Amino acid sequence: MTKPLKIVVLAKQVPDTRNVGKDAMKDDGTVNRAALPAIFNPEDLHALELALKLKDDSPETAIYLLTMGPGRAADIIREGMFRGADGGILLTDRKFAGADTLATSYAIACAVKKINPDLIIAGRQAIDGDTAQVGPQVAEKLGLPQITYAEKIIAFENSEITVLRRLEHGVETLKCKLPLLITVNASAPSCRPRNAKQTMKYKHAKTVSELQAGGDAYTESLQTKSYLNIPEWGVSEIDGDEEQFGLKGSPTKVKKIENVVFQLKESKKLDGSDAAIEGLVKELMANHTIG
Amino acid sequence: MNNIFVYCENEKGKIADVSLELLTKAKDLSKRLDCKLEALVIGHELKGVENELYEYGADIVHIADDARLSPYLTLPHTSIVTGIFVEEKPQIALFGASSLGRDLAPRVSSALKSGLTADCTSLEIGDHTDTKGNAYKDLLLQIRPAFGGNIIATIINPDCRPQMATVREGVMRKEKLAVAKKGELKTVDVNKYLKDEDFVVSIIDRHLEERKIDIKNSPIIVSGGYGVGSKENFDLLFELAALLGGEVGASRAAVDAGFAEHARQVGQTGVTVRPKLYIACGISGQVQHTAGMQESAMIISINSDPEAPINKISDYSITGDLTAVIPKIIKYYKANSK
Repeated sequence: MTKPLKIVVLAKQVPDTRNVGKDAMKDDGTVNRAALPAIFNPEDLHALELALKLKDDSPETAIYLLTMGPGRAADIIREGMFRGADGGILLTDRKFAGADTLATSYAIACAVKKINPDLIIAGRQAIDGDTAQVGPQVAEKLGLPQITYAEKIIAFENSEITVLRRLEHGVETLKCKLPLLITVNASAPSCRPRNAKQTMKYKHAKTVSELQAGGDAYTESLQTKSYLNIPEWGVSEIDGDEEQFGLKGSPTKVKKIENVVFQLKESKKLDGSDAAIEGLVKELMANHTIG
Repeated sequence: MNNIFVYCENEKGKIADVSLELLTKAKDLSKRLDCKLEALVIGHELKGVENELYEYGADIVHIADDARLSPYLTLPHTSIVTGIFVEEKPQIALFGASSLGRDLAPRVSSALKSGLTADCTSLEIGDHTDTKGNAYKDLLLQIRPAFGGNIIATIINPDCRPQMATVREGVMRKEKLAVAKKGELKTVDVNKYLKDEDFVVSIIDRHLEERKIDIKNSPIIVSGGYGVGSKENFDLLFELAALLGGEVGASRAAVDAGFAEHARQVGQTGVTVRPKLYIACGISGQVQHTAGMQESAMIISINSDPEAPINKISDYSITGDLTAVIPKIIKYYKANSK
C-alpha cells in the first residue's frame, strides 16, 4: 500500500427547514428562521458515511470535516468526529459573510487546496438552499473531475474509484482516477451513529474561540492533546483573492424576499352529504371540468 | 451576440421536455429583450434535431455532434458550453434543473465566474437600482422558493454575464410557435473545445428506466396525503382517477409513509403540476406541497379537518371522511354521465 488516503468531507450546519412546526411560525403566518433548530445537513451525513466506509476498509485513511459558518458550526465538526472522522476545520471569517454559492465555493476550494486531499466528498445539496451548486463549483475551482449523485462506492483500487450514481431516470456506474470530488444523494446509506470511544475522545474538542470563551476545565490538557484542537481558518489562513470572498465575490444578489403567506381564495364550503356531492358533480360536469 | 441561450438536453437526439419548456419561456424573454434565441445541443447522432427546436422558437441552433459526447459526461459538455459562451457572450443562459442540468450548470457558472440561480419557478425581465443608486435595465429576475419553500426570493446578477438559471421540468409551459420559422444551423467544431483531460471519467454501465408514471401531463389529478390513512384507501383514489381519466398524485408525507410511489409525488421535491382539476384528499396543505399544485385551474379538497390550510387555496372544500365522500363522487358521476 502506498501513502494513506486523505479525505475531506464538506458539510454544512443548516436550519431544519423540513419540519416547520407551530413554534417556528410567526403570527403573520411566516417562518421565524431563528426558531428552527440547527442541524447537520442530512445529505452531508450520507457523505460522511461514504468516507467512513472507505476508512473501514483501510483504517489508516484520514477523514477531515470542512465546514464554513459561524462559530457554532463547530458543533457539526464535533458530531462528525464522534461518528468517526479524524478531525475538522472551521472556515469562519466575517469576510465570508453574504457569500452566494460561487463565493462559498471559492473559499472552500482555497481551504481544500491547503489540506490537499485525495478525495473530496460532499452532500448533494443543503436543505436551506437546495441549490446543489457548491459541490460541482468546488470541483471546477480545483480543476478536478466530479461524480454527482453518488449512491455507492463499488470498488476502490489502485487509486481508481468506481461509483454508482442515481439519476432521475436511471443509474450509471462511473470510474475515475483520484483525485476527484463526489457528491452524495439521500438514497445512499444513512450515517452510522456516534461511536462511544470516539465520543469520549473528542468530547472536549474545541475551537480557539470556544476556548477563549472559557468555561472548560480541560483547557490546559488541550495544550498537550493537539487532536482536541479544532482549527479555525479565516481569510488570512487560506490564502485567496479577497475580492472573491463573501458578498464582494458574489455575482448573484438578492433583490427581494417574500415570505410565503397562504392566500385566501373565494372558497365554497361543502359538507359531505349526498346532496352536496351530487350538486358539485353536476356542476363540474356542466362546465366540462370533468366528463 | 448577447442573445439568450438554452442548453438542450437530449437522449440520443430526443430533446428533453424541460428544454422545450425553456425554449418556450426564452422565446418570450427574447421578444421582450429584442434579441435572438439560440439553442445548444450536445450529443451524438443529432441529425435533424434542429427542426423541432425551430418549432419551439430557436432562431439559431448550435449542434455539437461527436461519438464521445453521448452519453453525457460532465467535463466534455462543460468545455463546449463554456467555450461557446466565452465566444458568443450570451446575456442569459438557461438549463433544465434535471440531474444533468444541475451537474453541468454550476460547473459552467464557476468556470465563467458568473452567478447561477437553481430551480427557478418564474423568470421575468425587470429593472433594478442598487443601494448605491446604480441603475440596471432589463435584468433577468430569477424567482425561486428557498428555505424549504417558506420564502420566495428574487435573485439577480447585476454585473456578470451570462445570467444563468435552472428550471425544473413541468414548471414552465411548452408551446410551439403558431407559425414555425426556419432558423439558422451552426455546426460546432468540437475539437476546438475538447481536451484529453475531459475524458478522465469513464462510463462503465448505464441503465435508463422509462418513466412509467407521468402525472405531469394529466389534466385531472386525484392526489392523496397522509390523511388517506393507508395504501388500501389509496385504491379509492385510483378508482376515481381512472373513472375521470386522470392520474393519482401524492404528497411527500404519503410517499414517505409508503402509500404511493415517489414518481407520484407533487410538490417542491416532487413534480410541479397544473392540471385542469386537482382533487386533494387528506392533504393538509404544507407549503412544500402547494408550491407544486397551486396553479391548478380548479382545486377541490376533501379533508376531515375544516381548518386544514389547503382549504384556503381550494375552490371547493369538502369537510368529511374521504372514504365516504369519494364513493359518493364516483356514484353521482356514474349516475349522471349516462
